[in-house]
Amino acid sequence: MADTKAKLGQPKSGLLLDIRNLRIEATVFPPGEPPKDIVLVHDVSLTLEKGKVLGLIGESGAGKSTIGLSSMGYGRGGVRITGGEVILNGRDILKGGKDGFRKLRGREVCYVAQSAAAAFNPAHRLMDQVVEATLLHGTATRAEAEKRAVALFKKLSLPNPETIGERFPHQVSGGQLQRVMTAMALCSEPDLIVFDEPTTALDVTTQIDVLAAIKDAIRDTHVAALYITHDLAVVAQVSDEIMVLRHGRLVEWGGTRQIIKEPRQEYTNALVSVHEIEHQEQKPGTSPFLSVKNVTAAYGRSHIKVLKDVSVDIYPGQTLAVVGESGSGKSTLARAITGLLPPEQGTVTFDGRALANRLADRPKEDLRQLQMIYQMADVAMNPRQTVGTIIGRPLEFYFGMRGRERDRRVAELLDKIEMGKGFSDRYPAELSGGQKQRVCIARSLAAKPKLIICDEVTSALDPLVAHGILELLLELQKEENVAYLFITHDLATVKSIADSIAVMYRGEVVRYGPKGKVLSPPFDAYTDLLLSSVPEMEIGWLEKAIKGRRMASAGN
Amino acid sequence: MSSPILKLVAQRVALGILLLLAVSVLIFAGTQILPGDVAQAILGQSATPESLANLREQLGLNQPAYLRYFHWLGGVLTGDLGTAMSSGQDIATSIKGRLWNTLFLAFWAAIVAVPLAIILGLIAVRYRNGWVDKLISGLALASTSFPEFFIGYVLVYFFAVKWQIFPGISTVYDGMPFGERMQAIALPATALTLVVLAHMMRMTRAAILNVMQSAYVETAELKGLSAFNVIRKHAFPNAIAPIINVVMLNLAYLIVGVVVVEVIFVYPGMGQYLVDHVTKRDVPVVQAVGLIFAAVYISLNIIADIAAIVANPRLRHPK
Repeated sequence: MADTKAKLGQPKSGLLLDIRNLRIEATVFPPGEPPKDIVLVHDVSLTLEKGKVLGLIGESGAGKSTIGLSSMGYGRGGVRITGGEVILNGRDILKGGKDGFRKLRGREVCYVAQSAAAAFNPAHRLMDQVVEATLLHGTATRAEAEKRAVALFKKLSLPNPETIGERFPHQVSGGQLQRVMTAMALCSEPDLIVFDEPTTALDVTTQIDVLAAIKDAIRDTHVAALYITHDLAVVAQVSDEIMVLRHGRLVEWGGTRQIIKEPRQEYTNALVSVHEIEHQEQKPGTSPFLSVKNVTAAYGRSHIKVLKDVSVDIYPGQTLAVVGESGSGKSTLARAITGLLPPEQGTVTFDGRALANRLADRPKEDLRQLQMIYQMADVAMNPRQTVGTIIGRPLEFYFGMRGRERDRRVAELLDKIEMGKGFSDRYPAELSGGQKQRVCIARSLAAKPKLIICDEVTSALDPLVAHGILELLLELQKEENVAYLFITHDLATVKSIADSIAVMYRGEVVRYGPKGKVLSPPFDAYTDLLLSSVPEMEIGWLEKAIKGRRMASAGN
Repeated sequence: MSSPILKLVAQRVALGILLLLAVSVLIFAGTQILPGDVAQAILGQSATPESLANLREQLGLNQPAYLRYFHWLGGVLTGDLGTAMSSGQDIATSIKGRLWNTLFLAFWAAIVAVPLAIILGLIAVRYRNGWVDKLISGLALASTSFPEFFIGYVLVYFFAVKWQIFPGISTVYDGMPFGERMQAIALPATALTLVVLAHMMRMTRAAILNVMQSAYVETAELKGLSAFNVIRKHAFPNAIAPIINVVMLNLAYLIVGVVVVEVIFVYPGMGQYLVDHVTKRDVPVVQAVGLIFAAVYISLNIIADIAAIVANPRLRHPK
């Protein structure tokens, strides 16, 4: 494929991409201040040989995607490349101008986006989109391109490779779309593919399939790749080399084995060892304060039950983790407990009495006892209210606190979440992602609830920041004796925080008990799949995991 | 066509019919609350009470209102719109020619205005925030901001009076050759186009700009498509629903909103007919024209709804 393509005037060496002293800037418009230029990428240099995979890793804001896209001469929003050279196949593409970029995009360099579901045009059939770049650049006739696409669908083990191209994006699952997008990138036989977090939006059981498919495709087509992700364990499976970035600067660059086994920089070391929190499970108390009994629920008048006969107990000051893939009913369970979705059958009892099914029928006191924290902290806060107002609102609403008393309590809460008093006057837009989530935690604590439902609260955060949030939650639990219902798809998080675990699959609790018991063998098939799908920071883990699986994942 | 679409379309059509019935009640009720009645209007101020009573008996005005409504509705459904009081002519017959004239004018105005608005919208997006965009938006907004009678008279002043290219009065008659007819409607069609252009153009621009934020637009850019092809192939098909909506609203305006333009150019269409008979207090004609306008308005909006449903691939190709 790519290696058979004849390229004239190309250097004899195997060098494909050579980025030298890349500098990227953007103009930001802070509210109330004149616009100013900020530097996103500071003099980063990298080289990539043909057929090799370089992993770019770092937290959000590290400049990974920005550097990846610079190999196509593309800047998102108002991002500008202001310095350095990007030498691809022996020429500086930054000198080629707009026409030069258009000629190389989709031909020499292709892009695989994080969310294929959003990156495919909903109005066109998949095949038309897959072959579009090939036809545009005139490298093959339509018939040839479609033949090539079908062969790639097969290689990426998509179901019905002959006919899947006739479908529209919404008719195909997320994991399949991600593979179709990889086929789309490979179809025009490029020299380089930029993978931008291609498995981050997928379930852990789906991620492993897509990852394996991508890895095979890279190996068989000898295409070179920049693989961008924040997950070191994932990148360790596919990359030859890894580059660690932070705040737009190079931290460390080396072979995959060296980076994950013998990191030389402190920051890399922090990334490598980030998952470990030792949390001793507590024995369940004598009586649970909240019991979900045989709850069945559905949305609207649908016959599809999202929850089927679910029963779980929550003990004071302990954490019940609910684990499962998207669509398994985790969040629906939270909605049923809070009364947002009244169950069709079954009851939720609190302190020995049944809670009203509907939110509107519950007294204020019941509302106060159950609080929620969400995945997206920034949309869970009113952007026009200050942090003080946001945290003060439950104090006014539940306890009637006003004036000084309220302000003092707000300051106390800010102190608890390890943010100073000075944050009281800030607006959510002025906070970082982790700080926003902390404010949401403080807001839920303000009500002095018995239970806080945490719905994927760390999923949108960088690993190091998520780590901090988990530690905070554990500490607050000790101080306030609050219980958590912790919803997550991430098993590493579960190990760090849970006392008991409920594994959900297609609306049912398939495994439930104390953490130690749930996480030790013998496993049922689904829990086994879930556990074995969590990427480990080991070279060769992927192949071993695929081989050892007992059941295929559902949503691939 | 699959069943979810058929169901949605059937729902929209049924709703439209219901709405039209409700409008007919409103129109009928509205004309009933007006002071005086038809008999009074026909006989004038000097009528004797006896003659009034006689005429009321004759016209069936003594029957209760709901009976008269059903009588009127039944007539409408069988194509009998009643008789104009002022002239004694059958309304259906005199409306037919008028409606045709109005549709003819609206059709040609739309043929020019809709593609022009969409193309200008696409160009504005292509050169967004540049001088081309600002020029297009500025001119279009200016032409919409002027009242249509002002535009009409400006057109007449230049094209009819000063340069004498087109006639200032748009007389048309049965059996008029096509070319002459087109020449006659050139000025009113231009005026209408200028009035509706900006709304459609701005909406096209806004709808596409909204879609331009999507990840799939970035995908298209990263395939190496030219800026205009990105807009045409990837952004436009996803912006079509709001565009169709605003286009249909403006088409409806071209038919029911032409009153002023028809009067300025003395064009024998529905608008002028309506204005004539409002001044004569000819209630049956006003009712009939009102109902036709409502029907046009509602059906165009139903078409917009249906087009938006059909344009959605999720509904067209269910899982």
